[in-house]
Amino acid sequence: MFTPSYSRRRFIVGAGLTGTALATGLVSPAQAAGLKPTQTMRGGSNNYRPNAPMVDRLGTGFFVHGTVLRAGSGAPIANTRIQIWAATTLGGEREPRNHGSVLTRADGTYSLEMEQIVPNFGQPHAHLAYDDGAYKTLFLRPVMPSARDTSLQVDFVLAPA
Amino acid sequence: MAVTERSASQPNKTALVWGALALLMLAPLLIASQSPYLAYRNLAYILAGFAGIIALLLLFVQPLLAAGHLPGLRPRTSRLWHRATGSLILIAVAVHIGGLYLTSPPDTLDTLLLVAPTPFSVYGAIACYGLVITALLVTLRQRLPLRYLHWSILHNTLALLIVISTVMHALLIEGTMGPLSKWLTCGAVLLVTSWVLWDIRVRRPR
Repeated sequence: MFTPSYSRRRFIVGAGLTGTALATGLVSPAQAAGLKPTQTMRGGSNNYRPNAPMVDRLGTGFFVHGTVLRAGSGAPIANTRIQIWAATTLGGEREPRNHGSVLTRADGTYSLEMEQIVPNFGQPHAHLAYDDGAYKTLFLRPVMPSARDTSLQVDFVLAPA
Repeated sequence: MAVTERSASQPNKTALVWGALALLMLAPLLIASQSPYLAYRNLAYILAGFAGIIALLLLFVQPLLAAGHLPGLRPRTSRLWHRATGSLILIAVAVHIGGLYLTSPPDTLDTLLLVAPTPFSVYGAIACYGLVITALLVTLRQRLPLRYLHWSILHNTLALLIVISTVMHALLIEGTMGPLSKWLTCGAVLLVTSWVLWDIRVRRPR
C-alpha cells in the first residue's frame, strides 16, 4: 500500500507558508519555479464516490477553500474540478448530500460552502480529490486543527500526468 | 484467602465500593449519551462508539476481579466473573469494530491493516490484536506447554499492553466521550491495572 512520508503538520506548514507568501506578494505564482507537487495523503481516497455532482453549495456555515497551482511554474489552474466530501451535521462520509464538486476560478481558487464538518473516526477532517486525468490524481485528507473551525484551506499543487 | 472474610464483615464498605463502581461505570456512559455528535451518526456508528466506551470501562473492573479485590465476592466467584468479563470485552470490541466497519469500511480496514493515517488507530489495532492473543491463550491454556506461572506472566503482560494501548487509543480520539470523564476513566483504568499488577506480581506473588 502506498504510504507517503507526508504528515499533517508538513501539509499545514507548507500550505500556510505558500498562502502567506502568495498573499503578501513575496512570491508571485510566476516566480515560484520548482514548486513541488502535493503528495496524496494516506486514507485520502476513503469513501470516495467518483464524479460527485457539480454543486453551488452543500449547506451553510462551513467553507472549504484553496488554490490549485501547477507544479514547477506555480501557474494557477483554472476551470478544474475539485471533488469534496466530509462527515458533517448531515451525516457521515458516505452520505450523498456530503459529496460535491466545484470548479476552480481563473486565478486557480475554489471554494465550497457546506454544513459544519464534525469529527469522524476520531478526527475532524475533509476529503478532497483531483481525479480528471490532465494532472496526476491527488487525494487529500486534511485534518482541522479544531473541531470548532468553520473553514478549512486546502491547496493543491498538481503535477502533469 | 482472607480478603473475602474481611470484606464480608463490613457490609457498609461493600455497598460503598459497589456503589462507587456503578457510578464510575455509568457516569461516562451518561455523559457520552449527551454528546451532540450522536445526532450526526447512524445507528451502527453510535453503537460502535458506546461499545468502545463499555470495553474501556470493563478494563477497570477486570483487574479488580482477577485479584479478588471487589468486596463480597468469593475468590472463585471473582475468577468466574473475571472470565465472563473477558468475554464481554471481546464482544464489546467485536461490536465496536463491526459498527465502525458498517460506517466506513475503508477506514476500518486501514486501521486493522495498520495503514490508517490516524495515530490512535494503531493503538486501537494493537489493543485489538493483544485481546485476540489473550483470548487464544485463555482458551488453549490447558493444551499449551506453559507452566501456570509463565502463562500468567504472559497474561499480565498482554493485559498491560491492552490497557496502555486502549488508553492511548481513547485519549487521542475526538469522539462522544466527555473530555474530563474520558481522562478520569483512562487514569482510573491505568491506576487500577498498575496497582493490581504490582499487588499480585510484586507484593504477594504466589
